[in-house]
Amino acid sequence: MTTAVHLAGVSVAYGLAGGGRYEAVQPVDLSVRDGEFVALLGPTGCGKSTLLNIAAGLMPPSGGRCEIFGQKLSGLNAKAGYLFQQDALMPWKTAQDNVSIGLEVKGVSRAEALARSKAMLAKVGLGAFGDRYPHQLSGGQKKRVALAQVLIREPKILLMDEPFGPLDAQTRLIMSELLLDLWQQDRKAVMFVTHDLDEAIALSDRVMVMSAGPQSRFIGEFIVNLPRPRDIAEVRSEPAFHKLHAEIWSCLREEVRKTYGLAGKGAA
Amino acid sequence: MPISRLKLLFLQVFVAIGAIVFWHIVTNYPVISDVKTMKFFFSTPIDVFTRVVRMFADGSVYRHLWITLVETILAFVIGASLGIIIGFWFARKPLVAAVFDPYVKMMNALPRVVLAPIFALWFGLGIWSKVWLGVTLVFFIVFFNVYQGVREVPQVVLANARMLGMNERQLLRHVYWPAALAWVFSSLHTSVGFAVVGAVVGEYLGSAAGLGYLIHQAEGVFDVTGVFAGMVILMMFVMLIDAVVTVIEKPLLVWKPGETRTV
Repeated sequence: MTTAVHLAGVSVAYGLAGGGRYEAVQPVDLSVRDGEFVALLGPTGCGKSTLLNIAAGLMPPSGGRCEIFGQKLSGLNAKAGYLFQQDALMPWKTAQDNVSIGLEVKGVSRAEALARSKAMLAKVGLGAFGDRYPHQLSGGQKKRVALAQVLIREPKILLMDEPFGPLDAQTRLIMSELLLDLWQQDRKAVMFVTHDLDEAIALSDRVMVMSAGPQSRFIGEFIVNLPRPRDIAEVRSEPAFHKLHAEIWSCLREEVRKTYGLAGKGAA
Repeated sequence: MPISRLKLLFLQVFVAIGAIVFWHIVTNYPVISDVKTMKFFFSTPIDVFTRVVRMFADGSVYRHLWITLVETILAFVIGASLGIIIGFWFARKPLVAAVFDPYVKMMNALPRVVLAPIFALWFGLGIWSKVWLGVTLVFFIVFFNVYQGVREVPQVVLANARMLGMNERQLLRHVYWPAALAWVFSSLHTSVGFAVVGAVVGEYLGSAAGLGYLIHQAEGVFDVTGVFAGMVILMMFVMLIDAVVTVIEKPLLVWKPGETRTV
């Protein structure tokens, strides 16, 4: 099995306005195999998204290096698709143009790109919404467009930064199902950042737990041995799910408490 | 509670009729001062109306309308083009923007009327002195909007576009350009309005044709009816241009949520 993403001793530090130095992430190591779904779980502000941005090439690490399929990453990661937490669609393009642009910039003809874009939108359940502008779509529909936009480029690696965070609970469930369904058909390496424990277990092969910032690091690694293909709704009622949930939560709890200044205290 | 269109139209017409009737009464009956004085200073609505009709009937006004229209369009096109190009340049090159910042502010603070005589000297009494006066007005509005539009593209949209594989040129075409254009269109009514102002003020201060010239001529001979007639024609002209702008901008801003018009 090849390694898709390899973070080797990657650390992140910011220079503060006062001249100090903020150590956001301690040197960490992480390998994501090709076709593996890894969830990065941690309390708010622990630097999960920062690691994702480093893997995307959107920001350079302060120390260490990032390797993509064995090659040192410099500049943007062309093999990766990035699904953002916020709305990142171009508001001046229709849904189908937002999706087709990813092919058009590669030199695919407009007609072919559009045809493939429509097919991809149908795949995410938006076949009838191609000519809508983002502001005419609901939050869940926009996420579907964003997913189609990323997938049409057939990236080898999917980077997802709490992509379903802003959605309501039901829509999240539906989107998770869609994501798993699409991933099942074409397994890519996935780095999925979330602070939702249920979501992390239900989707991934492996959950990496990060400590609270500053100086975040990985404090737990959990293999999710639930069978695939999974049914998101059903998997949550399995005993193995609950066992894992309890284990990961006991690891995560103290870190979440730290971010709210409750570390080491009894009942809050 | 939303007002019905019909009711609104009725009220608007009511205001116009009220104003005209008031104007008619004070200039035809000695309620404020004697009729002769009032007519000299304010003319009468009937006289003004007759004059406007006559100007259109004998065709004398068309040449002036055409000149003002040409000046307005040229001022807008040149001013907007320069504004877009330089706005883009400044937004993409922070050093250039920082260096020129105080000078841009200085130039923009200058009341444009003082430029009219010097432009007349440089560009003659033909249309070009008026066009350039309009350009100095339109340029700054478009420039500031483009500058802001390019700089305020959301970071996440930009990062997403980059991750989708866009190079600098494609970013310019698919992200910066539409973002900037949206700002230009949202200020379209203002900038077109200023193009008209530039043209008319320029004509007023020295020319041989145009609506500003008509008004200035009438003023020179204390022809108050002529001044008012010129003003009425100018108002119709501006309303017409504004309506055209509304029609043009509509399909170009379909992607924008809600009302985007600024006045």
